[in-house]
Amino acid sequence: MDARAWVATRKGLFEMRQRAGGWAIERVSFLGEPVSMMLPPQPSGRMLAALNLGHFGVKLHASDDAGVNWHELAAPVYPPQPEGEPVGGVAWKLVQIWALEAGLGAARGTLWAGTLPGGLFRSNDGGESWQLVEALWNQPARAEWMGGGYDVPGIHSICPHPLLPSELLVGISCGGAWVSRDDGASWQVQADGMRAGYMPPDQAENPNTQDPHRIVRSPVQPDVLWCQHHGGIWRSGDNARSWQEVTGAPGSSFGFAVAAHPAQADTAWFVPGVADQQRVPVGGALAVNRTRDGGRSFEALRAGLPQRDCYDLVYRHGLAVDASGGRLLMGSTTGNLWASDDGGDRWVRVPVNLPPIHAVRFD
Amino acid sequence: MAHIVFTQQLKRFTDTPEFDTPASTLRAALDAAFALNPQLRGYLLDDQGHLRGNVVAFIDGRRCHERVRLDDALRPDSRVHVMQALSGG
Repeated sequence: MDARAWVATRKGLFEMRQRAGGWAIERVSFLGEPVSMMLPPQPSGRMLAALNLGHFGVKLHASDDAGVNWHELAAPVYPPQPEGEPVGGVAWKLVQIWALEAGLGAARGTLWAGTLPGGLFRSNDGGESWQLVEALWNQPARAEWMGGGYDVPGIHSICPHPLLPSELLVGISCGGAWVSRDDGASWQVQADGMRAGYMPPDQAENPNTQDPHRIVRSPVQPDVLWCQHHGGIWRSGDNARSWQEVTGAPGSSFGFAVAAHPAQADTAWFVPGVADQQRVPVGGALAVNRTRDGGRSFEALRAGLPQRDCYDLVYRHGLAVDASGGRLLMGSTTGNLWASDDGGDRWVRVPVNLPPIHAVRFD
Repeated sequence: MAHIVFTQQLKRFTDTPEFDTPASTLRAALDAAFALNPQLRGYLLDDQGHLRGNVVAFIDGRRCHERVRLDDALRPDSRVHVMQALSGG
């Protein structure tokens, strides 16, 4: 059966299809426009694409026929900014939609949008209207959040819980991991165990200023969370109540992306870069680090990936695994796209030269 | 009546009316445009109703620097051009 995936880039949204001859572009939407994130078609048929027009702001588009036709929806809007704001210099203005997710199980009808400058929005009508989750936005602790990758803080990871419809975890650069267990009515920062080398020593373990570059939840064992952090790799086995650092990743534990296997909670993939001050593959050789034992050991997967003169960076949402756990796609900010059909053992470069890749997702 | 014109660049996203308005300020002229096409508002103004950072307005050839109140005065024969500020790559 054909596989389908979506690649959001600096200059358009690309629908990719895998047929007998391999992966190829099936359709391009919004050619020339920056697409910061997309939500693949939901059971309702609705899919979303978030644009970040350089001059004219953030826009949200919907398709009900898998990207053939699109129409514009009202984008999330921040409420009027009170006198005395901004907290920490952050204006109440939408800068970017950085994450789009649908609820799971009984919460499947809920859509979530994570944004810069740090607001979480929800929609109960398929994206037609959005409401700011004020209980998170109004946290006094938000004053400590900082930009990480952008000038202002942002929510890049939204992890619903497949068994607990009232539960949600969000990852914030830089604001740690925040959890609600009551459908967004109250929130707690839950990044205990993470450590930030970019903070003063007495603040390094402050959970509220951590920079989790990306957090993903194991679909099959939802208490397991994987985090590619600015300062390394962390894992939680108790649903974010505590985090343990995972050491021993070959080459480097720095990176942005992480993908969790859909059926094996101990399996996850990471894409290492040298370090925060040098965001390129180690030694000019691209690798994917895979653990299959919960982080106790790793394999560096290199077959089919460029092993010299490679300076591709895989950003937060640039690595995806499909529902089978076998297919992977990895896109770089250089616009290269690689595919694997065997869990990362072997990779093939998809023969396209894309714009810088923001996000890759399977159906 | 002041005459208001929008950059052609906007046409690929939304309708851009070119019209005459009795408005006496830039904001009133923009509000008149938004009454004709409500979707246009989000393309020109941000969440707080300020002119977007990469949008510029000219009144009779003079660039408007007031981006929050948008209270620059219009004369009855003013020509208003709403343009994009060039950027990007």
